[in-house]
Amino acid sequence: MEQFLQQIASGLANGAIYACVALALVMIYVSTDHINFAQGEMAMFSTYLSWQLMSWGMSFWVAFIVAVAFSFVLGVIIERVILRPLHNAPVLSIVVVFIGLLAICNSVAGAIWSYLIKEYPSPFPKSSFGIAGVIGPHQLGVVLVTLVVLGLLFVFFRYTPLGLAMRAAAQNPQMARLVGVRVDWMLALGWGLAAAVGAVAGIMVAHIVYLDPNMMGGILLYAFASALVGGIGNPGGAVLGGFIVGVLENMVAFAGNQVEKATGVYIIGNGEKLTVALIIVIFVLTVKPAGLFGRVVVKRV
Amino acid sequence: MPAFPKKWLWALLAAAFVVPLLHPLLPDVVSDYRLFLVSTMIIAAIAVLGLNLLTGFNGQISLGHGAFYAVGAYTAAVLMDHLNMPYWATLPSAAIVCFIVGYLFGLPALKLEGHYLALATFALALAVPQILKYKWLEGLTGGVQGIVLSKPEVPFGLPLTEDQWLYYYCLVVMVLLYWAAANILNSRSGRAMMAIRDQYMAADTMGIDTALYKTVTFGISAAYTGIAGALSASAIAFVAPDSFNFFLSIKFLIGLVVGGIGSLAGSVVGGIFYVLVDNSAQALSTFAKNDLGLQFDLSAYTVFGILLIVLMYLMPMGIVGGVYYLARSLYSMRKPQAKEQAALKQRVSS
Repeated sequence: MEQFLQQIASGLANGAIYACVALALVMIYVSTDHINFAQGEMAMFSTYLSWQLMSWGMSFWVAFIVAVAFSFVLGVIIERVILRPLHNAPVLSIVVVFIGLLAICNSVAGAIWSYLIKEYPSPFPKSSFGIAGVIGPHQLGVVLVTLVVLGLLFVFFRYTPLGLAMRAAAQNPQMARLVGVRVDWMLALGWGLAAAVGAVAGIMVAHIVYLDPNMMGGILLYAFASALVGGIGNPGGAVLGGFIVGVLENMVAFAGNQVEKATGVYIIGNGEKLTVALIIVIFVLTVKPAGLFGRVVVKRV
Repeated sequence: MPAFPKKWLWALLAAAFVVPLLHPLLPDVVSDYRLFLVSTMIIAAIAVLGLNLLTGFNGQISLGHGAFYAVGAYTAAVLMDHLNMPYWATLPSAAIVCFIVGYLFGLPALKLEGHYLALATFALALAVPQILKYKWLEGLTGGVQGIVLSKPEVPFGLPLTEDQWLYYYCLVVMVLLYWAAANILNSRSGRAMMAIRDQYMAADTMGIDTALYKTVTFGISAAYTGIAGALSASAIAFVAPDSFNFFLSIKFLIGLVVGGIGSLAGSVVGGIFYVLVDNSAQALSTFAKNDLGLQFDLSAYTVFGILLIVLMYLMPMGIVGGVYYLARSLYSMRKPQAKEQAALKQRVSS
């Protein structure tokens, strides 16, 4: 039973990470209809940056804030410089550009910081933090930080004029432009925010998966699964989808373990995590493309 | 885009067959190592050709062709390792297995388009190394260790080295596959494939069985890439799960984009290109460090990534398409000028 609770708790912690990355994906998807394949690698790059800042002597939280701010700026720049000119390009071009970004981020990070796996510190105090036997201090910290970030984003989008403008730009660009919203800049801001949220996820997860240029591959895949489960056009759904997928991932491995213990037959375990994500992605895409909370898009021919 | 001029094609082909025989005359230029490199280029070209059939001619985006390459390579390796099948007999088996796998993957892909298909295939590419390591398959696939094979031996006592034989083997396979692809595309089925790419709705209304064509194209495309995988298994004489990671699929994509989306000849150029960059990455990196003053290593993927982005701006049709387009626009620019000059001359003389 304790093991079961542990698995759920760590599933929630992973889910918080997936929720962050999924939210970043959804923010870009809602405003531009693009799926950002480079989201994970961008987050990885920011995480390396924070590691570098820390190794230069900054404290964790200062490095955290600087890295997140840097990601925001980088996101805005990428949108303005690379994606803006491709506004009306065919889907294939845009996918190719994202893959190009992915390759650049990954190889440049590998070139600067090498492909050796690095340890990444946890900022949360070991003593008297977390609930003994159920959830570790870092996991609890991750959940708290992501919840704070998600709360801030919610407040930003719901209660500030800028957030309202951004939502308007995403929902109905032409109308928004007519009432004086600078739609182009809103999209760029959306990209910046998405990059920043992704960076938070990267920095939080680095302690768990260790720091290396390929660390976000699996996480990005799970984030895709989360976004799809929640409905890819729905931010709240993406967050919930993240937690659902995080718990589901651990439950599948846990059930596999139990089956192996009981019958001695190995079916599924930790080694098949990406395969599980693949199955979730394909299943949701083919059976219920709108996800749990997404709107069914009716296309006019 | 018109087909490559036939005259040139034959000349190229003849050269490809004759040049390796010059080895005794020019031992340094036509070395075994170079021939092996060219063999890997040919294999890459076949893989890119497969991707091009799907993405370039049928409009279905795939970021996961590394998966089919892996299936082909593993099919060949398992057949050679467990059933002692000769290497040449593994190609049809790999093609059939990959066709089935591709066809099956094409079924859910029917419901997906654009970004979503890219997403599903992206997921496939990421998951492949893990699937290959799956415990139940370990008996067949050798798990993390992979399978060690032996290189194809020269048959009939031909006076060739192993690498020369491998080269001819790959070349013949590629010529056959290229010819088959050109014929498919030049037929009713090929036109249907392209019609689906260009105007899905119209193609459907015209009575083309879009679902059938899309899934079969997926199968054929996977079979091409799978054959390339099988060839690579016998060329490198080794398969291991982690060599079929997502970056393999990126390489196919770069081959597709550089060569030209929707160009058969371009696929060959693209395949040659990515192997070339991959192999000269070390030299490129040293060059960037010493001569350009770059502080860190320049990897092949940085070059690939920059190229992917830059080409999408400058030559969305790829280098072959771009050169063709440039040549044509230059030609058509010159023609009216010539007419004008002729008219001017007439006026002056009258």
